[in-house]
Amino acid sequence: MSFDIDVTLRRGDALVATAFVAEEQAVALVGPSGVGKTSVLDMIAGLLRPDRGHVRVGGRVLTDRAARVEVPAHHRRAGYVFQDARLFLHLDVRRNLLYGAKDAARLATIAASLDIAHLLDRWPRALSGGEARRVAIGRALLSDPEFLLLDEPLSSLDALRREEAMRLIERVRDDSGLPLLLVTHDEREAERLCARVVRM
Amino acid sequence: MESVWSIVRLSLLVGGVGTLAVLPVAFLLAYALARGRFPGRTLLDALIHLPLVVPPVVTGWVLLIAFAPAGPIGGPLERWFGVTLLFRWTGAALAAAVMALPLAVRAIRLSLESVDRRLEDAARTLGAGRWRTFRTITLPLCWPGVLAGATLAFARALGEFGATITFVSNVPGETETLPLAIYAALQRPGGEDLVWRLAAISVAISLVALLVSEWLARRAGRGVHVL
Repeated sequence: MSFDIDVTLRRGDALVATAFVAEEQAVALVGPSGVGKTSVLDMIAGLLRPDRGHVRVGGRVLTDRAARVEVPAHHRRAGYVFQDARLFLHLDVRRNLLYGAKDAARLATIAASLDIAHLLDRWPRALSGGEARRVAIGRALLSDPEFLLLDEPLSSLDALRREEAMRLIERVRDDSGLPLLLVTHDEREAERLCARVVRM
Repeated sequence: MESVWSIVRLSLLVGGVGTLAVLPVAFLLAYALARGRFPGRTLLDALIHLPLVVPPVVTGWVLLIAFAPAGPIGGPLERWFGVTLLFRWTGAALAAAVMALPLAVRAIRLSLESVDRRLEDAARTLGAGRWRTFRTITLPLCWPGVLAGATLAFARALGEFGATITFVSNVPGETETLPLAIYAALQRPGGEDLVWRLAAISVAISLVALLVSEWLARRAGRGVHVL
């Protein structure tokens, strides 16, 4: 079992709720914008606490409101790739990549596979959107995660870049073998990348 | 009459020690105001700002009452540690620190509020606990604001007059900082020469302090400017 999620969160007037159990390695969470897909990722990563429900990933209980279990975000080992990359602006690319790294020796391999080896000494502000996203993926992978959360990894890319990015995600998915939850509003993208599609 | 050099040295000592003393306190207060949600927050904010709006002489008078040998703070200080701040340069540094506090808190608080919390979230998902997140993300990102706060505090400390002269009086060689020395020289016939020199030195020190903090902020690599 990859993801067993059942969460409810009230944010102001809006209610964010979803429940699914997935056996598949890769799961897509699809829905119109504003429905709270990112909030679901935040709850799985431990950045938001649901009002009710539970989060289990790969059989490990991360949140269980009824049993008062709440593993802190920094112990969850989530490889979270944010939609806005969130690179640390005061650290160069190399130090961004190594921020959560357990094994710095993997830097070269991962940088090569993401085609960012030539960017290591650059600063985040000097990266294009696509480069920043690849660095964010590399940073998440180097942190030795137990599962991957990808928030709209293909948004704001033109058709050519999109195809490239999709191949990259397929490669990350197959090479890492980790449970992967991908948020998107594009059904076609979801169906191509993930064996299971959950609608919100 | 003290030599110009000893006046300058004393001013730098008082301003420097005052700034170093106020920074940790200002940072804690700024952090509480920027991030904390607790009852009495508005009152705390108002209290911190008091030295900015109250006449400095009043602040000096309050310090005098509190730190006098029989005062609520001065009494225990003297009895237990044999320390007195009255008429000493340490008292001048304290007056400077108190007067600089609101400026330092404001600058640091603004920069803390502008730190992108989402970057702290990102650090947490990468395995950084609270302390490491603070040390490696929050603090470096608000560093220019801390430098700005330090610069403002130092400038304020260097120019402090009213609270200082009320609290520790004008003791040449002990509490006679640049502004006090300038004022004293103005009262003396034929003191204009000294006034010119001390005033020029004051301007020069302030200018250098601004340039140094701007350079430090740039070196921090984010192009966040103090000026």
